[in-house]
Amino acid sequence: MNPAHPSLEPLAEDAWILRFGDAMDVAINARVHDAAARLRRALPDVECVPAYASLLLRFEPSAWRDGGGRFDAVRLREAVMSALRHEVNVTATAQDVIIPVWYGGAAGQDLEDVAAHAGLTTHDVIARHTAAEYRVAMIGFAPGFPYLLGLDPALAVPRRAQPRTRVPAGSVAIGGLQTGIYPQALPGGWQLIGRTPLRLFDVAAAQPSLLQPGDRVRFRAITEEEFTRLAANTGLSE
Amino acid sequence: MSIEVIKPGLLSSLQDAGRHGHASLGLGRGGAMDLPAWRLANALVGNVHHEAALEITLAGPTLRFRCDAVIALTGAIVDARADGEPLPPWTACFLPAGTVLRMGGMRHGCRSYLAVRGGFDVAPVLGSRSTDLHARVGPLEGRGLQAGDELPMATTDAAPWIRSRTLHALRWGLDPQPWLDDAKAPLALLRGHHHEAMDEASQRALFSQRFMLSKDSNRTGARLDGSPLALRQPLELISEATVPGTVQLPPSGQPIALLAEAPVTGGYPRIGQVAAVDLPRLAQRRPGDTVSFREVTFDEAMDRLDAREEALQRLLRRIAQRLESA
Repeated sequence: MNPAHPSLEPLAEDAWILRFGDAMDVAINARVHDAAARLRRALPDVECVPAYASLLLRFEPSAWRDGGGRFDAVRLREAVMSALRHEVNVTATAQDVIIPVWYGGAAGQDLEDVAAHAGLTTHDVIARHTAAEYRVAMIGFAPGFPYLLGLDPALAVPRRAQPRTRVPAGSVAIGGLQTGIYPQALPGGWQLIGRTPLRLFDVAAAQPSLLQPGDRVRFRAITEEEFTRLAANTGLSE
Repeated sequence: MSIEVIKPGLLSSLQDAGRHGHASLGLGRGGAMDLPAWRLANALVGNVHHEAALEITLAGPTLRFRCDAVIALTGAIVDARADGEPLPPWTACFLPAGTVLRMGGMRHGCRSYLAVRGGFDVAPVLGSRSTDLHARVGPLEGRGLQAGDELPMATTDAAPWIRSRTLHALRWGLDPQPWLDDAKAPLALLRGHHHEAMDEASQRALFSQRFMLSKDSNRTGARLDGSPLALRQPLELISEATVPGTVQLPPSGQPIALLAEAPVTGGYPRIGQVAAVDLPRLAQRRPGDTVSFREVTFDEAMDRLDAREEALQRLLRRIAQRLESA
């Protein structure tokens, strides 16, 4: 696939996929968020759903009819391609978010296993995990669950052979080369290294998801005492 | 103004047209599995604002109406008795306060819709009164009915076409036949992005095999049991967005057709896409029913969807006229 020219392919009657590549890659993913920002500006009625290397466009087919009342794929394709050339300040739409994390102990039961696998001390794992800048590549699996790109490759660790039936809300975890945060108590197979007291998804909030696709994220280590104090404010519970 | 849940049935949940616009935050649309049946149930009781209705699965609930209500049941024909009196399907009925509505099984089909005039008065969550069972978002904290629940009903004007305050059904209803699935005809399927990544026998088998709907199917996906389909070689894929109708092939070789509560992303090969016009029919297949596919083009899928929508709009207009002139 030529990365300069994304492919546009129908998925369903009301959904097309714009593909920029087929790899989990920060540069390809940045193009996805860039395209999403342009399309949202130019075609606000088209819903954009970013993934690692592709963007889903969900539209109302009846809004794209030709004079004879038939769905006009050519007109939609031209509108999408023209929107991709739209001038928009993309960096301004991404937020910088710092996530406080209580690493290890009861909050990160797999931290020692991750350290052993990487041949590092737990202190080094925390130092490397907090040193990196991450990008929210996409949100999926559960409402508000961010798939973050940017993990130090030394920390990559396979998923657990036996997934847990219940991972506590706020758990910060590593699965392969990805790191992510469980927004609510869920079953999960990633390795748990810590826990944040922040609420990642709250339907009652004006902005229900703390993170948006494309946001830049850093982690900051906090103590168990700080976690308990912050969790009392955010109302995070098991 | 409420309904008391005496028995919840197998799975009953409030549903509307779904929660639009939040897929990029990991929250899919969800909503009624058989959207035409849901819209017609609302139309029959004179609702025009896309009110939530109760989606009933396979075995219905028992409900006590604490106030007068006008109801209609559409979708799969369910055995429904109001204080012992059988209610006609696809017909508006008046239930006086105190009526106990007992719903049993469905001989054919899997999902019925119970609409009440005025709708259910539950708070919308992110713009919808749909229950997302998977994400646990929506009415009743995102779960199905339980015994003891109270379902609040919105206050509404008395329907002028209700002439008596005793238990009765209107003398006219809809013919359900054009909207029912025969559980046999093949469903229209578009070729998926990874169709040709399957070996040739599997490419043919997708369109010739009779699959059986697994009992593990739910609002998230229809699991299709059959001779396993296989890829030419293993594929390392990264996740991308999925929508209802996307047919994925997990390593087991048994395809999964995603339904209303489709996850917003998926990482399995996509071998097909069920045409939108046939999603309500797939939603009406029961565990153990046969599912087979025939290939269609996007143009055919779109034409059939347009034709179905036109027929639905005509019927909605006729119902509205009939209620106005009554």
